[in-house]
Amino acid sequence: MSREKLLEVQDLKQHFRTGKHSVVKAVDGITFDIYKGETFGLVGESGCGKSTTGRSIIRLYNATDGDVKFRGVSVHGKKSKDDLRIFNQKMQMIFQDPYASLNPRMTVMDIVAEGLDINNLAKTPKERQARVHELLETVGLSKEHANRYPHEFSGGQRQRIGIARALAVDPEFIIADEPISALDVSIQAQVVNLLKDLQDKHGYTYLFIAHDLSMVKYISDRIGVMYFGKMVEIAESDELYKNPLHPYTKSLLSAIPLPDPDYERTRRRVEYDPERDNDKSEEPVFREVKEGHWVLCTSKEFEQYKEDLVE
Amino acid sequence: METILEVKNLHVSFDTYGGEVLAVRGVSFDLKKGETLAIVGESGSGKSVTTRAIAKLIPSPPGRIKEGEILFEGKDLAQLSEREMQSIRGKDISTIFQDPMTSLNPTMKIGKQVMEGLLKHNKVNKKEARKRTLELLELVGLPDAENRIDQYPHQFSGGQRQRIVIAIALACGPKILIADEPTTALDVTIQAQILELMKDIQQKVDSSIIFITHDLGVVANVADRVAVMYAGKIVEIGTADEIFYNPKHPYTWGLLGSMPTLDSEEEALIAIPGSPPDMLNPPVGDAFAPRNEYAMEIDFVEQPPMFKVTDTHYAATWLLHEHAPKVEPPQAVQSRMKDNLHANVPEEKKKRGERS
Repeated sequence: MSREKLLEVQDLKQHFRTGKHSVVKAVDGITFDIYKGETFGLVGESGCGKSTTGRSIIRLYNATDGDVKFRGVSVHGKKSKDDLRIFNQKMQMIFQDPYASLNPRMTVMDIVAEGLDINNLAKTPKERQARVHELLETVGLSKEHANRYPHEFSGGQRQRIGIARALAVDPEFIIADEPISALDVSIQAQVVNLLKDLQDKHGYTYLFIAHDLSMVKYISDRIGVMYFGKMVEIAESDELYKNPLHPYTKSLLSAIPLPDPDYERTRRRVEYDPERDNDKSEEPVFREVKEGHWVLCTSKEFEQYKEDLVE
Repeated sequence: METILEVKNLHVSFDTYGGEVLAVRGVSFDLKKGETLAIVGESGSGKSVTTRAIAKLIPSPPGRIKEGEILFEGKDLAQLSEREMQSIRGKDISTIFQDPMTSLNPTMKIGKQVMEGLLKHNKVNKKEARKRTLELLELVGLPDAENRIDQYPHQFSGGQRQRIVIAIALACGPKILIADEPTTALDVTIQAQILELMKDIQQKVDSSIIFITHDLGVVANVADRVAVMYAGKIVEIGTADEIFYNPKHPYTWGLLGSMPTLDSEEEALIAIPGSPPDMLNPPVGDAFAPRNEYAMEIDFVEQPPMFKVTDTHYAATWLLHEHAPKVEPPQAVQSRMKDNLHANVPEEKKKRGERS
């Protein structure tokens, strides 16, 4: 695989003012790259800033500090209307809640075609209709569904409509913010398989945000773990599960229940306490312990982690 | 073991403008003292309706218990009046609801909410109730209970609120605790804490738990026995080991196959095709047949009875009939079965299991 950088996030900070003197540092200086054609998983507890990261990348928020570069061009900062339109076309988002993210007063046809209209991608009404029908079939719905309203669909079907809408403008990069959390287990597998198929066919790049670690491992090539607005570890997904180095990652992994009663009987959860588990002698820095495996650590921890590595 | 609750041939329907929705269609099971029975299934499979019927929390109209018995301590709960039920609900049978954000009253101090049941059922005075409430809040692991008892729900985090909801459910020492997706809205780390808490409390107060969830990992963690529901019926019931290591029903195979394990390599997930049936017009025959790649002709004609696998393990699929062809479960499910499982427990899994 060519390792062409599609997205570069550099020291991104997103702070929210919640009062006169209080600031919530939702994202506090994170740096990572996403390569073309890969799926980058972002995990962490609720409130750790993973969704905010996704939203800052697609410019739903204006970053407080730092920069996001998409194909070498800064996402934030001043843009002409045309530049913004092109940017919005190349980067799309699939939202978490399929009940809240579709306008209940628009037909599926209009929801999916909104991007086509804005970007003038369909020249005639006939072409617009044909494109929507094609998209609906791509995501496993049928063209009869086009004239219905969102409330007539189940959660899984709605999420498919959301995916069709994201695909309509032929994007390169798709941010999926917990796209399966609201769905049933059997339907989750359908949607995940669909996302994977689409990636194989069209070469999309995904940022997959979730807290369900087993699904994230399944779909992602690389995974980033966030904790309180900071990225604490990044590694290839197999490597992360084999060699979790940061104590928070270990604790997160140890908390996942697996569908295997024997394993569950012996599983011991590891608790994470930053005061106890991390070296406080100096400010931790993001360091590369092994090729492609980065951990937020102090120099003392860095040496320790290198010894901990299992081949 | 002593049986504490017996549900026999329960039918629950809802009358809607579109017609009668057959939410539960003949569910039978029993609950033993001190055990945890997990009910799994997709949304709309009738798992929540079944347990709400047990607590008689089905709003009527539109809902009604059409048929069947719910036997608890010699009484048929299905026949009790609302007044009689009020002396059981919250005392002998209590419920932990799914969403801790909405199941607490935002305008009431949490201490008062926990106390309510005590004052009503246990005939204690306020001072004693407050003392007991403090003990309960400590039992569920709420830090600094002394000060926080007079705070309002919005001052607590999601995990803390769920602990309060559990404290309310436990207040009167219920014999049966119904937990309706108690951890679905929580993070994995908080989920793990709540599950540990529930197991711990179960040992202390020796109550039976009916645990509803669709997360099979959670099931493996808490359940002694598992009932799998589909389209208003139990399609398979057995001990946790039997369901996970020797599943017989194709729907159970589908559920297991659609969850990735942390060890599963690149094999595609087995998604169950299609979507659950419309319970306004349930299909004739086996409701799962249209989504079942192993369906035979008879599946579209007649509903399968419960076939016995072992004394504790039953499944409703024609595949278990003596004349049925031998069908092997899909590879992804077979690889989880017990014999194969232990042959190749991956190293990292062992390591993680042991690291404590």
